[in-house]
Amino acid sequence: MSAHLEVPTPIQKPYFTKGTIVVAIVAALGLAAYIYRLAFGLESATNLNNQYPWGIWIAIDVATGVALAAGGFTTAALADIFHKEKYHVIVRPALLTAMLGYTFVVIGLLADLGRYYNVWHPMLPSMWQGNSVLFEVGMCVMIYLTVLYIEFLPIVAERFIGRVNLPGPLKVLNNIIDSWLRVCRKFLGRFISIFIIAGVVLSCMHQSSLGTLMVIAPTKMHPLWYTSFSPLLFLLSAIAVGFPMVIFESILASRSFGLKPETGILASIARYTPLLLGVYFAVKVVDLTIREAWPYLFEGSFQSLMWSIEMLVGVVAPIVILSSKKLRHAIPWLFTAAAMVIVGVLLNRINVFLVAYKPLYSTTTYFPSIFELSVTIGLIAALVLVYRFLVLNFPVISVPQTMTESTKESLGRMTTA
Amino acid sequence: MGFTRRDLLKWAALGTVSAATGTALGSEENFVTDCGENYGVLVDTAVCIGCRKCEWACNNEHKLKEADLASFEDKSVFQQHRRPTDDAYTVVNRFVAPEENNKQYTMKVQCMHCNSPACVSACIVGALSKSDSGPVVYDAWKCIGCRYCMVACPFQVPAYEYREALKPQVRKCTFCSDRLADGKRPACVSICPNEALTFGTRKDLIEVARERIKAHPDKYVDHVYGETEIGGTSWMYLAPTEFANTELPELNSENIPELTEKIQHGIFKSFIPPLALYGLLGLIMHSRGEKEDEEEKEGHNVSAS
Repeated sequence: MSAHLEVPTPIQKPYFTKGTIVVAIVAALGLAAYIYRLAFGLESATNLNNQYPWGIWIAIDVATGVALAAGGFTTAALADIFHKEKYHVIVRPALLTAMLGYTFVVIGLLADLGRYYNVWHPMLPSMWQGNSVLFEVGMCVMIYLTVLYIEFLPIVAERFIGRVNLPGPLKVLNNIIDSWLRVCRKFLGRFISIFIIAGVVLSCMHQSSLGTLMVIAPTKMHPLWYTSFSPLLFLLSAIAVGFPMVIFESILASRSFGLKPETGILASIARYTPLLLGVYFAVKVVDLTIREAWPYLFEGSFQSLMWSIEMLVGVVAPIVILSSKKLRHAIPWLFTAAAMVIVGVLLNRINVFLVAYKPLYSTTTYFPSIFELSVTIGLIAALVLVYRFLVLNFPVISVPQTMTESTKESLGRMTTA
Repeated sequence: MGFTRRDLLKWAALGTVSAATGTALGSEENFVTDCGENYGVLVDTAVCIGCRKCEWACNNEHKLKEADLASFEDKSVFQQHRRPTDDAYTVVNRFVAPEENNKQYTMKVQCMHCNSPACVSACIVGALSKSDSGPVVYDAWKCIGCRYCMVACPFQVPAYEYREALKPQVRKCTFCSDRLADGKRPACVSICPNEALTFGTRKDLIEVARERIKAHPDKYVDHVYGETEIGGTSWMYLAPTEFANTELPELNSENIPELTEKIQHGIFKSFIPPLALYGLLGLIMHSRGEKEDEEEKEGHNVSAS
């Protein structure tokens, strides 16, 4: 038991480092580009046009963002539903990533929407459109985001119960907030599983529906990616990228905070990846075979090149690396393989939404503008900044500790929560 | 409307005999009856003289780019292939018929007002809808500006007001739905000096088209574009050459949104699969809860090994 005596605690480190400042500058540039887009419109800020209505804000910020936030539901499923208890140490970081990931998906989407102030319209029953895949994605993402915030509440409660200390005249609220947090803790202590399972179901629904989006454009899509299997492929790749994302982040966080990486846990969770990627790859192969689409892979086009890179880098290579127990336990290899899976999914989403998309009457090609790139990169930087702030102030990351009265107490709380 | 009826009758009379004996119509009945009573327009590209008056009338009707009628006589625009934009819902383009020594023809393009519009199926808030009389209409007030309609459209028609920072709209041919409601014909049809545009119900127009083909087999290819393409469209075309030589895309009769909707409804509509998944996961979570210690041990062994 002692090896797993790791209790989530706020990390005791200064917020600002040289690295944080660089990231903050990148985020600030992104914010400037974001404001520019809001002020001057899509034509000034983007390279989108009538031929290419969607760009990287959809392919990366939304589609890839959602996929890479899959660590949240895959980890929750593994630790809480399948009760692989030793993985509990990674549940909170994965949950936080998912919560922030989805939050930034929405912020990124708002930049892309021409009428962002109408983003709430799908909630109105008078505008429900059950035929629209996008409607299903939108509703699921909205509900799931709410579920993620609810799942994060116990962490907030753990941090602030008995410690609510608002400044000045807000003091009068201290007791109210404290008792509200206690109610939350009590309620969620009993009913959190409802939300955990809902999170997994909602994830499966919209992860797959994101893959259905381009099924409506058969004549514009390259045959390497145009398939009615697309929803299944999106779901399988999201499930496969969940653990690599957790591994990638955990190693980065340990490095940034000077902690020892959780090699045992991470190597152990990486065992699943070759299997999950294998299933994804098998469905890809079956799909291409059924549709007799293999010849398109050898047509020597940009698309066939991109498909090959996507598969070799994102699927085949990580399967090979992570199948070796020795390499799984070597942090540099583990990190590289996890990063490759992530890049593979990023490439897949870019390929499906941009590379495979060929307008009927194209006179140009699409390449993102400097503003589009700034917003996309800036949002990732901003996510890192918020993540750092939250893990410095909330009990998210587990740090090895000796058994003391306070940790015993925390452990007790963890099991009730 | 009276004008249209006369127009239709004239053409109908030309091929009474062939229509009476013809069976071709029967085989395509599904598509004809599908939206047969919807309004449509038949574009006869063999008759079109490329005067671009329809462009002017459209701009004028919808208060788009202001320009006097004379400026539309400029034929130099044909040197480039144009697409409908947010300030030109319809454009006339030139194409050539290779079998006639590359003789030049012109054709108007605009929203086809499909029977099963992909844009309507795609729209997240129902801002686009297929009205009962045929036009696919847009309600800017509902629109969130996601532009999924533009991704979905198999004709690449909807255009976006990218330059508008605050209230951009999806812009496309409205089939003059306001004029239709007042019993008037679309502005472009009204102005067309050469009867290249025929307004009527889809059913009647298909008949007219078939009769024109029968009456002048040398003048037309035997294909009414839009009769069956993607399940049929309200706007249909006749051409003097294979449609592959025109800018209209080659499409089969498969209704485009159908596959997506089948997938979508198969997985979600009844909510049974998500609920079943919920129940299954709940069961796993509950039943495996008691094996906690065992799992823990197993985990130890793995990480220790």
